[in-house]
Amino acid sequence: MTTLEIVAQVDARGLSCPMPIVRTAQGIKPLAPGALVEVLTTDPGSQKDFVAWCRSTGNELVEQSVDGAVYRFVIRRK
Amino acid sequence: MDEPINLVLFSGTDDKLQAAAVLTAGAAALGKPVNVFLQYWALDAFRRERIDRDHGLAPEAGVEGRAHVDALREAGQVSWAETFRQAKELGTVDIQACSLSMDLLGIEEANLDSLVDGVEGVTAFYLNAGTGQVVFI
Repeated sequence: MTTLEIVAQVDARGLSCPMPIVRTAQGIKPLAPGALVEVLTTDPGSQKDFVAWCRSTGNELVEQSVDGAVYRFVIRRK
Repeated sequence: MDEPINLVLFSGTDDKLQAAAVLTAGAAALGKPVNVFLQYWALDAFRRERIDRDHGLAPEAGVEGRAHVDALREAGQVSWAETFRQAKELGTVDIQACSLSMDLLGIEEANLDSLVDGVEGVTAFYLNAGTGQVVFI
């Protein structure tokens, strides 16, 4: 088992749709292919949005979890 | 590449412009090109000296709707103008002013905010839209 090495974080807590996705798309751009980014959001819509965005863009949703009102996603850049 | 999403913006109230900006930014984040065509009151809202003003809400908002919109704004919701700006940074978003509406409202290109890329007629809009969906807001 490999440990996930997160190289960047996008803190989109408190932001409403579509800013969590917009910030993530901006944040993942400069990273190397295969790099892992952690995203934190509080927008309930982001649960479905990140699944759809990853499926559509080819980035991989590696982890998805909820801690209270905060949603956490780990995404591997395409 | 994906067909573009084509938004015709007619209404100039903040709620409808916000909805349009959200659709634009979402498409940009998915890598879909977006063409935005500004007509009538939407074009008026994109005037350089008016873009950051309060443009009111659609009539159906009522007092309760106003309160909901204000609450979102106070919670730090990004304005529609800023949302369009970020969408343009992120993806391929082309915002064009309708030339007929420019004449109607007596607007010169120099009066428009820098978000607007140019002025075109409806034929050019349809040509660029190709077979992509056209949404009227």
